[in-house]
Amino acid sequence: MERKTVNVTIDGRSLDVEEGSTILQAARQFGIYIPTLCYMEHLSPYGGCRICLVEIGNNGGGKTFIDTSCTHQVREGMVVQTQSRKIIRARRMLAELLVASAPNVKLAQDIAARMGLTKVRFPMEDNRCILCGLCIRMCYEQMDGRALGFAGRGMGRRVSMPFEVRPETCRLCRGCDYVCPGVIVPCQGVKEPGELCGRCVRFEEMPKCCPTGTFGCFCDQNPL
Amino acid sequence: MDLKSVDKIVDKYEEKKTALISILHEIQDRYHHLPEEALRKVASRLQIDLNDLYGVATFYKSFSLTPKGEHAITLCLGTACHVRGGPKILREMTKLLGIQPGGTTKDSKFSLNVVNCLGVCAIGPVMFVDGKFYGEMNLVKAKRIIEKINKKRSGVKS
Amino acid sequence: MRRIKSRSDLERWKEEILSKQKEYEVVVSVCGGTGCHAYGCKKVRDQFAKGIRKNGNGRRIRLKFTGCRGFCERGPIVTVQPMGIFYQKVREKDVPLILSETIEKGKVLEHLLYQDLVTNQKATSEKEIPFYQAQHRLVLGNNGLIEPTEIEDYVGIGGYGALAKAFFEMRPDQIIDEIKASGLRGRGGAGFPTGKKWEDCRNAPGDVKYVICNCDEGDPGAYMDRSLLEGNPHAVLEGMIIGAFAIGANRGFIYVRHEYPLACKNAEAAITQARRAGLLGKNVLGSGFDFDVEISKGGGAFVCGESTALIASIEGRVGEPRSKQIHTVTQGLWGKPTNLNNVETWANIPLIIDRGSEWFSSIGTEKSKGTKIFSLVGKVKNTGLVEVPMGITLKKIIFDIGGGPQNGKKIKAVQTGGPSGGCIPASLFDLPVDFDSLTGVGSMMGSGGMIVMDEGTCMVDVAKYFVHFLEEESCGKCLPCREGLKRMGEILDSITEGKGNEESLSLLEELAEVVADTSLCGLGKTAPNPVLSALRYFRSEFEDHIHQKRCPAAVCTPLMQYSISETDCIGCGACKKVCPTEAIEGERKQGHRILSELCSKCGSCKDVCKVNAVMVQ
Repeated sequence: MERKTVNVTIDGRSLDVEEGSTILQAARQFGIYIPTLCYMEHLSPYGGCRICLVEIGNNGGGKTFIDTSCTHQVREGMVVQTQSRKIIRARRMLAELLVASAPNVKLAQDIAARMGLTKVRFPMEDNRCILCGLCIRMCYEQMDGRALGFAGRGMGRRVSMPFEVRPETCRLCRGCDYVCPGVIVPCQGVKEPGELCGRCVRFEEMPKCCPTGTFGCFCDQNPL
Repeated sequence: MDLKSVDKIVDKYEEKKTALISILHEIQDRYHHLPEEALRKVASRLQIDLNDLYGVATFYKSFSLTPKGEHAITLCLGTACHVRGGPKILREMTKLLGIQPGGTTKDSKFSLNVVNCLGVCAIGPVMFVDGKFYGEMNLVKAKRIIEKINKKRSGVKS
Repeated sequence: MRRIKSRSDLERWKEEILSKQKEYEVVVSVCGGTGCHAYGCKKVRDQFAKGIRKNGNGRRIRLKFTGCRGFCERGPIVTVQPMGIFYQKVREKDVPLILSETIEKGKVLEHLLYQDLVTNQKATSEKEIPFYQAQHRLVLGNNGLIEPTEIEDYVGIGGYGALAKAFFEMRPDQIIDEIKASGLRGRGGAGFPTGKKWEDCRNAPGDVKYVICNCDEGDPGAYMDRSLLEGNPHAVLEGMIIGAFAIGANRGFIYVRHEYPLACKNAEAAITQARRAGLLGKNVLGSGFDFDVEISKGGGAFVCGESTALIASIEGRVGEPRSKQIHTVTQGLWGKPTNLNNVETWANIPLIIDRGSEWFSSIGTEKSKGTKIFSLVGKVKNTGLVEVPMGITLKKIIFDIGGGPQNGKKIKAVQTGGPSGGCIPASLFDLPVDFDSLTGVGSMMGSGGMIVMDEGTCMVDVAKYFVHFLEEESCGKCLPCREGLKRMGEILDSITEGKGNEESLSLLEELAEVVADTSLCGLGKTAPNPVLSALRYFRSEFEDHIHQKRCPAAVCTPLMQYSISETDCIGCGACKKVCPTEAIEGERKQGHRILSELCSKCGSCKDVCKVNAVMVQ
């Protein structure tokens, strides 16, 4: 059966992608790398971490629209830049903010290392939750536990269960643990506050965090 | 806990989801906070997922899940009131009542709230107590209002 | 109340109302806006009611409890027609005198008249008052003529006539053309061309459509929407019905923040009356068009002023915005095409339909037509609501209408656009006020808040205030807004505490740019504006804080030094008594001294010193 395709240009490459797919899906299909944090295949996209941002323009000239590639649908004639100066600058600062908030979440460290960050200019905290919402979406969409949700607002936003009590619909399936970037594979290379690890990304020494002994950021242990 | 009033409130708004916030306001007015049982009842009657309802109850600033004091003192810290000395009055009130914004006195008499604009900017700084607006506040006036409430409660004629 | 079934019915009703009104000899209007309530206007009104009843004058004297008149600094306001007398700062005890002298004998009570603080001239009527003279009160002016809970007052001044014209003389596409031709731009902040928005919504596929009125007005310092909805809810309703007819929507919502109880109440009353009169519901005005409106309340979230968050709130969900990849006019409330406009925008519609787009577009500048209501507040003499034609200069608003600075301090800047806008320094006060010129200097029209700041305002403190405000109001969904604003707040805190360094400013600017580029919604995208504009025009104040550890406006407490002037101190000891940290030492009748290490900078000593010997720098 013939599937309808649209033609888009990503980083200068003209591609025919399936109608209805997002820019991220299209990019991944063709091997174009866009880092993500709160996105997981088979769960609905959220667009909260803003790491997967791309610059979307019209055909030559005019204002560009910055949006998350995980949520933005492709349209005929769309022109996308995944590594423009603005995007790189933005991603670096977002990575810096992320690491300053959650330095012990290995995924945050990885993204920072990939962006070439060497120091963090903000006072460091130690949050283990990066509010990516993966646990909530896993619970609702895949495991039908309907036990988790966001509560509060702004800096007080947190993942919680209704009235802080585990509801009867929760079957302790541990799906939430499975997808949480803060639970799996915490970085064990950070010794000083303010220090950025990134050793496994720079292939400097075998990471202690990965039990299979590889430079494993995409191994089985990490479904992201 | 008597949930008949909750049912009445939901009936009044015809179980409409668009009236959720109005319903929660009325429940809060009646019980001085949003009790867990009341929220569970609203979720089941309005057919709203409990997580979503809990999210709504904790998202909006005007709701509280813990009991508030009988007399709610709301101070405006909007820009106009700020520029006219609002923070000084807030400092004074926290000292007078011994509680932080969002808190309630131990005897559940007063709770102190801070709001980001009451829309009465021309006469700032503004305080809203028990349904009445007080404009052009200063430290002396603020003290007097608290004293007046205390006197009224103990039955002494002011 | 009768049910109006046709245009001629409406006209007949108006005639009846006007002839009934002619029976009254005198009309007394007491301003019932929330501001005046705080000054006791209800007691004033009740006294009038009592007095009129006592003398059996119920048939001669009409008492109106109107909406906000705009001159809030001088409330409570009472006007007497047909003499055209304007009384200000009226208290309960003044009422019997007004009844006996002014109303019975036509005598003017001098002590209640407005007196100009500079020229000392007294003004008898509204026309003579400088505050009103430069204004063009097309929309807000009607507040003084009607009692908001009396639909007959509104019909009496021609209300719902525009609706009749729209239904029976125009087609929906003609209405949209007319609004487009008028050049009306959204009054809620972004200034999007209203006609185009209506057209896009009309053309969006689907049979079910909605119109929404945004009265969430979260900008601190702005209260125009409140006064409009409180004082003239029918004008808003009329605008919404016309819009719904043009777009093809049969249901509407008015989203009012719950901090506006009087606006909610008056809007509800107006809706009930309109329904009874056949102006809402099935077959409105006999046109065959069905339309009804309901009120939806807010829960205390600034972010719900953003259209997608507002829609989520109406749906009963948390006020989380979503990406504007697909606009609300295509997919809004429950996924249906939705047209959302601000209160003031809706209130302008009946005017445009009634008097024509050519008339409307003759007012204002080339790209910004019509008038705009601003809330002029802060360090200015005449605070209140002003309605001026677009293109008037800031100088005229602040000095001619506003009366210039309070307390003799020089005016330094004016903040427009609330937390999404920026400050404009006094050197740019010749700027004509319109959407594009304000955006051009780094600020924004916004919803219309205009906060005047003088030498006693610290611009670093103002930037800090706005960042903390937005931090609290952020919904928390996206990283840049949630974390970025927090970090910006931390940097500004450190600067005001004297702990900033040169890198602070560059880091602040870098953060600001990223937050603006990457945030999901308008709140985050415009959040850096107050900071960036303060840095642009008042960078020296920031540098003073950082390098000299000094706050030029003497606002940032940690940087202030309290000391007692040796020459002025009389040794009375009053300061020593009130000092909470026992930081003052000195014997009676001898010069007192403040120990700076113990000083908590609370200012109590300065408050009690009778000879002004306490100095702050």
